[in-house]
Amino acid sequence: MPIYAKTKSIVVPGELLAEGRYQAEGAVHVEGKRIYSKAVGVVEIIQEKRRKVIKVIPLKKKYIPNVGDKVLGKIIDIGVTNWTVDINSPYPAILQATEALPRPTDAARMDLSKILDVGDLIVAKVVAFDLTRDPLLTIKEKGLGKVTRGTLVEIDPAKVARIIGKKGSMTRLFKEILGVELIVGKNGRIIVIADDKDKEALAVLAIKKIEREAHVSGLTDRIKRMLEKYVKGG
Amino acid sequence: MPKNKEIRLIDEEGRRVDGRRLDELRPFRIEAGVLKNADGSAYIELGNNKIIVAVYGPREAHPKHIALPNKAMLRCRYSMATFSVEERKSPSPSRREVELSKVIREALEPAIFLEEYPRTVIDVFIQVLEADGGTRTASITAASVALADAGVPMRDLVAAIAVGKIEGKLALDLNGIEDQYGEGDMPIAIMPGYNLVTLLQADGIFTVEEIEEALSMASIAIKKLYEAQREALKKKYIKIREEVLSYEQGT
Amino acid sequence: MSKVHDVLTTIKRESILSLLKRGERIDGRGIEDYRDIKIETGIIGRAEGSARVEIGDTKVIVGVKVEIGKPFPDTPDKGVQIVNAELVPLAAPFFEPGPPGEEDIELARVIDRGFRSAETIKLEELAIIPGSKVWVVYIDIYPLDYYGNLIDAAGLASAAALLTTEMKKWRVEGEEVEQLDETMPLPVSNVPVYVTIAKIGNVLVVDPSYEEELVMDARITFAIDEEKRICGIQKGGPAGLTPDEIKEAVRIAVKKSEELRKHLPTNLK
Repeated sequence: MPIYAKTKSIVVPGELLAEGRYQAEGAVHVEGKRIYSKAVGVVEIIQEKRRKVIKVIPLKKKYIPNVGDKVLGKIIDIGVTNWTVDINSPYPAILQATEALPRPTDAARMDLSKILDVGDLIVAKVVAFDLTRDPLLTIKEKGLGKVTRGTLVEIDPAKVARIIGKKGSMTRLFKEILGVELIVGKNGRIIVIADDKDKEALAVLAIKKIEREAHVSGLTDRIKRMLEKYVKGG
Repeated sequence: MPKNKEIRLIDEEGRRVDGRRLDELRPFRIEAGVLKNADGSAYIELGNNKIIVAVYGPREAHPKHIALPNKAMLRCRYSMATFSVEERKSPSPSRREVELSKVIREALEPAIFLEEYPRTVIDVFIQVLEADGGTRTASITAASVALADAGVPMRDLVAAIAVGKIEGKLALDLNGIEDQYGEGDMPIAIMPGYNLVTLLQADGIFTVEEIEEALSMASIAIKKLYEAQREALKKKYIKIREEVLSYEQGT
Repeated sequence: MSKVHDVLTTIKRESILSLLKRGERIDGRGIEDYRDIKIETGIIGRAEGSARVEIGDTKVIVGVKVEIGKPFPDTPDKGVQIVNAELVPLAAPFFEPGPPGEEDIELARVIDRGFRSAETIKLEELAIIPGSKVWVVYIDIYPLDYYGNLIDAAGLASAAALLTTEMKKWRVEGEEVEQLDETMPLPVSNVPVYVTIAKIGNVLVVDPSYEEELVMDARITFAIDEEKRICGIQKGGPAGLTPDEIKEAVRIAVKKSEELRKHLPTNLK
């Protein structure tokens, strides 16, 4: 049962990774016993308790919404009872007025632009999506709503997991070392909130560095050193 | 196909007008990720051919009603720049460009997991900057790289080359002069991992045996192009890794 | 005009596939059988040549007009062949009016390439005043009823029309051309026939009908000349074919070309 790919190597569509009874995850497709990569990505071979997992993490991916995802959206149109929201996805999202207002009100009588106008940024959650219709959002929960401060950075949605890090370890570095808060949307959009412009700029650079070097191991250390260097006045 | 008895396409030593043997590919190079705005892109040079491909998508379909309910729609536009050919070509799409856009799309479609992005559109824009025979197959080769570069999920890459006939003999990768004065041309595209032919056309006269031989000749050349496609896609990331690691070692 | 994507239910594709496994098709044909073929020629008085072909329910009419025009600059002493096709809205509910779409253009170019590669029209005999006036042969294809496999029907109609085209004889005096009342057959030889094979699942079927075209994975058309050589190939559709399938398809096509050819009017010379 051979494995052809070396862990952490870059693979491309159609590349044969392994043959045999392995668990295949991520951007892979399986034909019989053969596991192929579906995308340009990094292959990981993970030893679990009783089996090996062959996983491909793509290096580029369009954002497809999942119910429960936190996303950063831009209002692009206002309807009678809803807003159309660009969530950096091939699927534009809808925020219905009932999902934006605290109490049920006569939405049709309200001027929606007074609540959220075209160009406004919101932190929202995906409440419904299936591949037959556009995703629905809500901003009614705590922590959601219009974004009033900070800088917006966009990265490839495939790299979002690295910005967050294992159990939030990467975003914690920004907070603990730099005092910068990151609001990370699963759709590749991040709000950087810092108390001074220099820290904000460094945070943006660090985010871009994470995006660029996501596939090179030792990333967390490199970012840690980059942020510490600044704080120490380097 | 005007025949010019004055032009000898193969000399006494079996060498063609550009010095190649009958089964030789022209020099080529492929680069991935050459455009900033596009989701994915690629550039190919094959002989004097220079072609750039940009992929946008999967993205929202405009107008909405053209979208397909169960899969992404692949759109392809093959266009030749006015200065790409000897005599300036009119900028409006020719019938040839319309047909080629269709066959190129049909050559790429089998390789893409279109079902993963229903109701969206994937646009492939091919711009021929300089043409010298074999542009549709070179376009397919570059377009596959651009699609993969964009993160479009694919079963395999598609590589393509044409096999023609000059002075009664099968010749690989006809250049412009050979295409013009030869006796036939057969563009072929293959998904090498599946051994699936996704483009096959021919003009001129071929026997059944010649068709079989042409497919074999093309397969060998296509394997070379396939290797180059893979390298082009990996190159950017390997370079970043090397830069980071050498910087780390230096500090 | 473009063909609107038609969503056929999975159930229909599966029933077509299961029949094919037994070597049967939904209209009762064998997998290498053409539908009934009918050809009529000389039906359009104003055209120099014409033919109407029916393959099953698919109906195509082709008109040939022969007119005086300019030669192409790189072939000043040869006539000109121009093939055009228009998928007119009357032929199917999903053909839309408007400028030629990719399907009209593909059809015309595939038919054009077959005749051109076989050198069917003897263009060298159609020069009037070399460099300035030659005969231009216009082959115009109009499907009347679309029920699958337009290419083969259009090919057969074009061939039949060319074989029965009568053009005016002419006389040149200095720079003037006089068209005479007397006519002569358009000089043609080596007429190709077109055979289209569809791949459905992993079965190859000849002459796909409309339903079969909706479920097919790919199609491949071979233009076969009088000496059983291949003078044109066009693969179409969103899937691929293995080299073995292509080899099998070409052999079937050569075999069927003999049968198709029997329907053509003989070239009366």
